[in-house]
Amino acid sequence: MVEAIRNNQFDLAYENKHELVQDNDCIEAKKSIEIKNLTIKYNGKTALNNISLNLKRGAITGIIGPNGAGKSTLIKGIMKLVHINSGSVEVNGKTIEKERKNIAYVEQRSAIDLTFPINVFDTVLLGTYPKMRLMQRPGKVQRDRAVEALETVKMGCFSKRQIGSLSGGQLQRVFIARALAQDADVFLLDEPFVGIDMVSEELIMKILISLKNRGKTIAIVHHDLHKVEEYFDDVIILNRELVSAGSVKETFVMENITAAYGDTLGPITSSAGAGGQ
Amino acid sequence: MIRNFIDGLMNYGFLRNAIVTATIIGIISGVIGCFIILRGLSLMGDAISHAVLPGVAMSYMLGGSYFIGASAFGLLAAALIGFISDKSKLKNDTAIGIVFSAFFALGIIMISFAKSATDLYHILFGNVLAVRQSDIRITGIVGIIVILFVILFFKELKISSFDPMMARAGGLSTKAFHYALMFLLTLVAVSALQTVGTVLVIAMLITPAATAFMLTDRLSVMVFLAAGFGVLAAVIGLFFSYSYNLASGAAIVLTCAAFFIVAFLFSPKKGILWKRKEKEEDEESV
Repeated sequence: MVEAIRNNQFDLAYENKHELVQDNDCIEAKKSIEIKNLTIKYNGKTALNNISLNLKRGAITGIIGPNGAGKSTLIKGIMKLVHINSGSVEVNGKTIEKERKNIAYVEQRSAIDLTFPINVFDTVLLGTYPKMRLMQRPGKVQRDRAVEALETVKMGCFSKRQIGSLSGGQLQRVFIARALAQDADVFLLDEPFVGIDMVSEELIMKILISLKNRGKTIAIVHHDLHKVEEYFDDVIILNRELVSAGSVKETFVMENITAAYGDTLGPITSSAGAGGQ
Repeated sequence: MIRNFIDGLMNYGFLRNAIVTATIIGIISGVIGCFIILRGLSLMGDAISHAVLPGVAMSYMLGGSYFIGASAFGLLAAALIGFISDKSKLKNDTAIGIVFSAFFALGIIMISFAKSATDLYHILFGNVLAVRQSDIRITGIVGIIVILFVILFFKELKISSFDPMMARAGGLSTKAFHYALMFLLTLVAVSALQTVGTVLVIAMLITPAATAFMLTDRLSVMVFLAAGFGVLAAVIGLFFSYSYNLASGAAIVLTCAAFFIVAFLFSPKKGILWKRKEKEEDEESV
């Protein structure tokens, strides 16, 4: 099964494009999301304080930090889904309002109403809605894109199933398909790997890597520190304030992790010795 | 008995008016009701259908169509509920309870000043047999507005009901759709006032929709089914009301409830009897 995923055509098709993107990119063009002095408060409590950082194009960035560190809030702040007290966010050099449709947001699965009368295919089709006009109905183009996205996550045969009857991993794949169907530039994912099976996790990671190779910007809120070095190129460590941000190699070091989580975690990074994975 | 009812339809204009109005109300309350229950706004629906009362009373005092006054109060209630739950730490259902009971009470007092107790009774419990030609026209216009809105904005209603966060992320103003829906809800509540009365409007909104929910996994099918159950319940209810001289609103609402009970028990997908059987089979196979 895993082998099948590795050899999947979807992946191969984009390997070539990957090189093009790498050749033509200059450093400046790699900046996809630029956050300056972002502060967000909930009911007077500061959730994020004065965050400034950039997200790179063609990279997978992990957003980590302890519970309540403001990881999800950062993503919602980028999308302006929560009230921003101060600071600014630019996406591809434009305001978020202009670039919204080019950002696919995969929220936490727990936020979804699983009893809603909607099947897998229609859920994926929703991904095509942001780029359609008001009152426009999904046509063949949109349907084809949804079918293709469903095939990519290997959920084609579940098309007609109501979403509540899926396992956690299957459901997450459906939401990834929905994001793919949006045909976006930026992918923001909130805890996509919580409570899902290994096969789904590996498949999703494969898809994200091929998106990255196509020059997409990907940010993932993540809680499992053991996977950080394996999954991400860059990492953002938060604890209401920005602890550190940069490449995994330079940023994901004991010093920064301890600064965010306290020193109760034990060894996590590969350089920290015996316990590392 | 059915013959008697058909004879009645042939002979009495008021019965024809009643059945036309009840049919339209059955359709539109079923359609809007689907979105109300899927968005978890059942209580809000109840609130608005009660909160239109001062508007109705005002039109009694000042003359003119009660649609304008009632719609204004319905929307005012929706806005006030939103305002209170935004600006305080109270939960939404508490804000709803406060606002709608206050509006309802205000309406009762205004009506008692304006007119006799009989009118209050009719407003509270409906008197579909007193529907006039002009009422049918207004109900028909409301029906067209509601159906057009749902057809044109089905895509937007679907995504904002299912996943409001994604809808907002994609740039859709979910707030605008919320208030548009509240506006339509108000229109439906006002036009259903004569058919089933303020107190029971909520049943027309949520019971057929809930029945449809038990029977399908597709939103579009659910909307059609809910409209169908709404119409069936309206016609059958009216039949019993006419044949046994029962309160029309109550008869319609009880018919809705009867449909729901059947679906709740026997729905092939979500009915409790079926589920129990499935469970037993699962246990057997283990």
